[in-house]
Amino acid sequence: MAEPARADEPLLKTPLHAEHVALGARMVPFAGYDMPVQYPTGILTEHTWTREHAGLFDVSHMGQAALVGPDHETTARALEALVPADIVNLKPGQQRYSQLLSEEGGILDDLMVTRPADPAADGRLLLVVNASMKGADYAHMEARLPANVKLVRFEDRALLAIQGPKAAEVMARLAPDTADMTFMAVRPTKLAGLDVHLSRSGYTGEDGYEISVADKDAVALWRALLADPEVKPIGLGARDSLRLEAGLCLYGHDIDTNTSPIEAGLTWSIQKRRREEGGFPGAARIQREIKEGPARVRVGLKPEGRAPAREGTLITTPDGREVGVVTSGGFGPTVNGPVAMGYVSRDVSAVGTDLHLMVRGKPLPAKVAAMPFTPHRYKR
Amino acid sequence: MTTRYTKDHEYIRVEGDAGTIGISDYAQSQLGDVVFVELPSVGKTLAKGDEAAVVESVKAASEVYAPVSGEVLEVNSGLEENPGTVNEDPAGRGWFLKIRLTNPGELDGLLTEEQYQEFVKSIS
Repeated sequence: MAEPARADEPLLKTPLHAEHVALGARMVPFAGYDMPVQYPTGILTEHTWTREHAGLFDVSHMGQAALVGPDHETTARALEALVPADIVNLKPGQQRYSQLLSEEGGILDDLMVTRPADPAADGRLLLVVNASMKGADYAHMEARLPANVKLVRFEDRALLAIQGPKAAEVMARLAPDTADMTFMAVRPTKLAGLDVHLSRSGYTGEDGYEISVADKDAVALWRALLADPEVKPIGLGARDSLRLEAGLCLYGHDIDTNTSPIEAGLTWSIQKRRREEGGFPGAARIQREIKEGPARVRVGLKPEGRAPAREGTLITTPDGREVGVVTSGGFGPTVNGPVAMGYVSRDVSAVGTDLHLMVRGKPLPAKVAAMPFTPHRYKR
Repeated sequence: MTTRYTKDHEYIRVEGDAGTIGISDYAQSQLGDVVFVELPSVGKTLAKGDEAAVVESVKAASEVYAPVSGEVLEVNSGLEENPGTVNEDPAGRGWFLKIRLTNPGELDGLLTEEQYQEFVKSIS
């Protein structure tokens, strides 16, 4: 068996690092941080717990920042020059998913954009970007923002996520005003006496919240949430299997600079006004792909049998024509079987199409499957 | 009956000219939850160091190499339905395959129980 790789460079730590170690987590390098991949109960148990109760995740490695301009319109227009979502019409207290695009319409990163509810914060947009991309994202934005819109990095904030069917109940015990929030709503509030900024969102397909909190309060909040018997800590391993079953893209794997949002099946995240008007990087390609359909598309794949097909697995037709590649794949604990996603030529992308996945040199029969593999349970 | 280990964390338990191959308790704890095991066909000839099986955890696939040369006599088909047995009882019910040793002299190059435990201590 192969030894796991060891990184020699010093790793960054989130404010919750000592909590993870004390809980017996196995720590691994991830995006430059020393992060918990699993706690002693293991990935399967953590995954299932999140689907049935509430899982608590430390996602403080992600990049939190704000764009600050004189008014909403100005800041929103500045961001709209970089992303294809409609930011101008984003309502106060709402969050939206989008992508930073290259001039070729490839995805430089995906991100969450929030317009704060507080009228005093007019002209501010809050951003959450991927940990591995934050340096590149910030440089990209700063080089392109107009002089009256500034990027402010929040280097002193942690990010926690609580996910699962019991998340709302747990949160309501700490702050009753969280219960009536709907999916992608945001709100500042107090949890366990601590100032936090909440969004009702996540990366598991379950109902839940992401909680931005000052570094100095992160441990107190983590412990307050874990004190609830419905809550257990969940590592990056289960975070990955949960998001895969939910059909959600992982940057650098399912989407990257070579994939467009249309190929990736993210057309829903480009609102009508932007589709028509364009005015974002790569608009010509994206408008053409919306109209004509892209040459390849991201699909779900359900292998027959029990063998997982991992990232990089070649996809062929049953008669051996190479039609694509798996970008994420593994075992879905809730599905109780292997699940994968990847890109295939559009002519073989219909749900139910028979394909082969070349696993260790042998063709593994699989079918194109609808995603998500497990139904989303967002609070609408 | 003697058990020998490799630095890749396979064990082989030898009785006469037959050997039972699996992965060590340390290996299963490092892998985490095992969700799939691919086993060779009975009758296959393996040279020392050949890929004998593949074990997949939620996170990743890892190869299991033949600690010594031999011919596959039997595989643990129970792992197909219950791959988690590898985590629960790696040295017992979680075995992978049995081989007939074709070159028992190769055992001399493997680690004893004591040497293996020392090795695990040195890397963990």
